[in-house]
Amino acid sequence: MIVNGKQKIWSEYQKDIPDDHYFYVRSCIRQNFFPASEKIFLDIVQNKLGLDFFETEHHTTCGGIAYHSDTIPMETLMTIVARQFALMTEAGYKNYVASCITSFGIYTEILETWRHFPELEAKVRENLWTVTKREFNKPEYLAHASDVIYKLRNQIASASVNKLVNKETGEPLRVVDHIGCHYSKMFPSKGVGGAEYPYVLTGMIEAWGGEIIDYPERRHCCGFGFRQYLVKANRGYSLSNTHKKFESMKPFKPDMIITNCPGCPYFLDRWQYVISEMEGKTYGENSQGIPVFTYEEVAGLVLGYDPWDLGLQIHQTGVEPLLDKMGIVYNKADKYKL
Amino acid sequence: MNKQVLVIGGGPAGLETAGQLENLGYKVYIVEKSDKLGGHLLKWDRLFPDSISAAETLQKLLEPVVHITTFLGCEVVSVNKTGGHFYVQLSNEATLSVSSIVVTAGFSLFSAEKKEEYGYNIYNRVVTSADIESYFKTKSDDRIQNPKSIGFVHCVGSRDEKACNKQCSKVCCITAVKQACEMKELYPEADVYCFYMDLRMYGRGYEDLYLEAQSQYGIRFIRGRVSEVAEDETGRLVIKAEDTLSSKPLKITLDLLVLMVGMVKNSDNEKLSSLLNTRLGDDGFFQCANPILRSTEGESEGIFFAGASTGPKTLPESINEAKASALAIHGYLSKQK
Repeated sequence: MIVNGKQKIWSEYQKDIPDDHYFYVRSCIRQNFFPASEKIFLDIVQNKLGLDFFETEHHTTCGGIAYHSDTIPMETLMTIVARQFALMTEAGYKNYVASCITSFGIYTEILETWRHFPELEAKVRENLWTVTKREFNKPEYLAHASDVIYKLRNQIASASVNKLVNKETGEPLRVVDHIGCHYSKMFPSKGVGGAEYPYVLTGMIEAWGGEIIDYPERRHCCGFGFRQYLVKANRGYSLSNTHKKFESMKPFKPDMIITNCPGCPYFLDRWQYVISEMEGKTYGENSQGIPVFTYEEVAGLVLGYDPWDLGLQIHQTGVEPLLDKMGIVYNKADKYKL
Repeated sequence: MNKQVLVIGGGPAGLETAGQLENLGYKVYIVEKSDKLGGHLLKWDRLFPDSISAAETLQKLLEPVVHITTFLGCEVVSVNKTGGHFYVQLSNEATLSVSSIVVTAGFSLFSAEKKEEYGYNIYNRVVTSADIESYFKTKSDDRIQNPKSIGFVHCVGSRDEKACNKQCSKVCCITAVKQACEMKELYPEADVYCFYMDLRMYGRGYEDLYLEAQSQYGIRFIRGRVSEVAEDETGRLVIKAEDTLSSKPLKITLDLLVLMVGMVKNSDNEKLSSLLNTRLGDDGFFQCANPILRSTEGESEGIFFAGASTGPKTLPESINEAKASALAIHGYLSKQK
């Protein structure tokens, strides 16, 4: 590995991420899979760092799940997105930040489509007005929430209580980063670090004391892939994708996985249990599994949040061995508190 | 009208043009921006398809120009045309008055880093066709350590709209076959794979070498592009590709991956074109007056071309075009008073 080569690419794919004043939209499925992640994100930016992040209960799905499942047409999707932008406009914001990677991909794709086909944008504006009597401005800046945490990574590091370090040996934890496919694979220039060697999570891990692992199936899908999982008959593809990734990362002995996508932490986490049941094979040190985290959860651990307030008890793969490795003190009984 | 001609570019086409013009009795100047004459040929070891020595070929091109006034490490700064004369200012502050200018500025190699998925300058064992040619000359490259499996990727930066280079570079297919055979000679136990889109074996002897590569050297040709490259825990390369003839995805572990980088326009073509009042094509190479009947002539009077300045060419094509260009200049100047 030639680190300078990667640094050169990273320097070419940098986003000018605004510091403050965002309209925040949640993900549909994250609130069920890892509900504390979005709560912690807002707590970090609003309460710990005192930034202006506005959210409204009136926003809906972006339509991404339906779009990628082939159940709604593009025009419907665009009109749903136009309504989200109208809510942002009405609230007086210009920077739009999405919690979900697929939403980020959808917004990016639609804004690019409108740039090339303004007649489509005009049609969508007409649709939105007909249905809701709403108008909208396009966001001046579109971010994914991981871009924001990337931007704040050094501030978080300065306020850190824990580091991504093995407390006994002082060695950095070995971390696998998994980037959601819809982050930058469609539009490399829209992601920090581009599509081939994204830096958005690597930057966080480096800032918080860990060491990133580059392994052969790093770019591969986590296994969600929408129809791979949503169509029941295809679920074998979903599982085999995840299995392929774990087999590939295994020789590198990772301590943990960090993700920035709603589906990825879920599938990388849950399928480990299924692989164990099907093949009797368990990954990770002492066959305890490799814990999988969202970047908000990792930021929360670094900032000293109680692991159970981060919702880590919802994970399938136990996180306790990693917490012990990092020297994080926690109450075992609190894992089951309501 | 004086009998002086300026040759811009001291690669094979420039050397041949200059030599021919001197034989015809002209006073010739060569301006070369690098510090040596020879262009890309300087870095090459053997030439396809007959494995002729690049160094000997270059020596033969240099011999006739030994007495020609040459400005090395030097560029054209300004050009003023008055009547039939070009007054040329060079970056070393020399001023020349010539009756004709021939552009033999050649090409640049595609920067392999731009194809990020191939991992050049990211993974240690990924090299370019130019790197491996240099290895053949010097037998020294830390990245090449007794490889047991070697892959060649054709069309890196050629015929690639995403890389903004639609043109075929013409020489990469046969160069890959030549280099694959040479690697097999050096490492007979190695498995060698070539990943290609098409194999354009149009020149005399090319098809023979391609067949020999398969029948005698056992090189495996796979029709399909490599989609991504990564390193395993030992530092070996894991590559993914599709064999489009059998419609199957492939994953192969290699010790060395060679990227066949294509020919692209020089970054200073725009500047030079503006100084000479000529046009560039959409591909960024110089535009000749007529691609069939006047391929060595510029649209402006007194400007001529030879070699890869007007698009990718093989070495024999460049040499032949240099001779044609010298003759065209002679014809043009003979008519002037």
